[in-house]
Amino acid sequence: MTSYLLFIGTITAIYALLSLGLVVSWGQAGMVNLGLVGFFGLGAYCSALLTKLGAPIGLGWVAGAALSAVIGVGFCLLTRTLRGDYLAIVTLGFGEGLRLVELNERWLTGGSDGISGIRAPFKDALGELYPWFYFALAWTLVALVAWMLARVLGSPFGRALRAVRDDEKVAAVAGKNVLRLKCQAFGIGAALFGLAGGLYAHFTSYISPDNFVVQLTIYIFLAVTAGGYSRLIGAVFGSLAVMTILESSRFAAEFIPGLSAVQIASLREFAIAVALIVIMQLRPQGVFGLRNERAGSARADAAAPAAAIPAPSK
Amino acid sequence: MFTEIAQYVLNGLVLGALIALPALGLTLIFSVQGFVNFSVAAQMTVGAYAAWYAGAHLGWSPVLMLVFAFAVPGMLGIAADRLALAPVRRQSGAHTALMLAVVSIALNLAIENALRFLFGSDLNSFDLPIERNVRVWGLSVGPQQLRNLITALVIAIALAAFFSLTRWGKAMRAVADNTDLARLKGIEPRNLSNLATFIGMGLAGIGGSLLAIDTSVDPSTGSRLILVIFAASVLGGLTSLYGAVLGALIIGVAGEVAMIAMPPVYQSLTAFLAILFILLVKPTGLFAGAAGVRK
Repeated sequence: MTSYLLFIGTITAIYALLSLGLVVSWGQAGMVNLGLVGFFGLGAYCSALLTKLGAPIGLGWVAGAALSAVIGVGFCLLTRTLRGDYLAIVTLGFGEGLRLVELNERWLTGGSDGISGIRAPFKDALGELYPWFYFALAWTLVALVAWMLARVLGSPFGRALRAVRDDEKVAAVAGKNVLRLKCQAFGIGAALFGLAGGLYAHFTSYISPDNFVVQLTIYIFLAVTAGGYSRLIGAVFGSLAVMTILESSRFAAEFIPGLSAVQIASLREFAIAVALIVIMQLRPQGVFGLRNERAGSARADAAAPAAAIPAPSK
Repeated sequence: MFTEIAQYVLNGLVLGALIALPALGLTLIFSVQGFVNFSVAAQMTVGAYAAWYAGAHLGWSPVLMLVFAFAVPGMLGIAADRLALAPVRRQSGAHTALMLAVVSIALNLAIENALRFLFGSDLNSFDLPIERNVRVWGLSVGPQQLRNLITALVIAIALAAFFSLTRWGKAMRAVADNTDLARLKGIEPRNLSNLATFIGMGLAGIGGSLLAIDTSVDPSTGSRLILVIFAASVLGGLTSLYGAVLGALIIGVAGEVAMIAMPPVYQSLTAFLAILFILLVKPTGLFAGAAGVRK
């Protein structure tokens, strides 16, 4: 039981990392990345393959994150003159296209067999303690990333990002380099997806294209919307909530008699999808609301509330 | 060599004609409602299942089967739009279009899994008798493919007549072209959105059923083709109906001809590369004005 909970807890940390990335690109800068699972997979495969060649694990993680960021910025530049829908289509296409490559380039990715025996950090030295170590490592990373993001998003850069999200023209008139801000936010988001991928690959020590399907994108969107799509703390709690739903539904489904395994699986996916739709209808601002929407600091708000950038009307 | 390439081109045109129907549906819905509705993919599968159920179970005639494959996703599309999308549409904000896109992808997953729950994950074939291919000038084409091609053509002609002759059709084109101007002329875009959803999803359903007749239907039939559909639509500029048809034909031919050099599993990848290429070269699409540009 402990090992199961540790496993789930570590996966939750990875989901939280993905959610934090989505908060930056979607919640703070208003850009939809429907292919986040593609960046996640890219980070996982990149790190797995590099460490197979003998690179240290830390380098694999950094390389996966960097490669994801570069590709994310590329997509951002490619769709710079177009409506946000195009970025959504391109990223979705990237996720699907990458999965095809993973499936079919057997010489590189092992095809549907995937890559097994991915090196795990300090596994031999730690023995029994290893799951605890990785659990702590993953959550430390989440805390570190959340802390750094809180600093960054609280800075003038963060305020400029939210201004771009709420109205690009106003931000441009105010002298902000809109394209650069968007690329930076999208790049940070993509880098976090890639990093989460690396963390995942070395945790499970086995990856295959089945790990990187579009469902995961929906889970993360659900986590982020559930927690208030622009809040960092919401992303962490949203991931916990999604993991709780996912895992408890696994046990709950066993109590419904007369269902095949396929039906149980489809019912769970259905429930998750419907949950996302319902939350976006009822409470798009999420459980944690829009507290960090204000443009100025708390004191500046008190002095001149009118100067605050208004939150988007829900 | 020449015959071989001609054969690929012919296959591509047949495939493109089928892709054109869902691409038209997607384009129509985007034009009138202003957002990318990813659930067309699942509605293609709904149409395919409707046709399979009517044909293989109820023994309906092919024409009735296609009417069924149009009506079921059309009605389901309206119901899903009312239930899932309309409440999000009402919260008008700077990001409504993107919120709708996210909701529609969840909707897509929900419909796909509802189908999987009802019918299982197995492949269902239409059990049509095997027929000899028709051969002309060294080119070969299946009789079913020919029938599909003719069906797609008939539907395209009917659509063209609808959009150029009827009041509703003209109103829809006006909304697609310039929503504000259409509203000034007394057209209420919201009233058209149900009709656009019905026709759009119906087209997706027919397209899906024709594609499935050729192969088989399973819950992911539509999702596998989602990139190809989007590539066709983006190629045509996302708001041009004629563009969507031409885009579909180009994607169909490009995908088939690419098979000379690439394994067939990469057909979706060709579509993705085509999207990237178009966005690099002419971001507004090959056939439309500046409708896709951020306003």
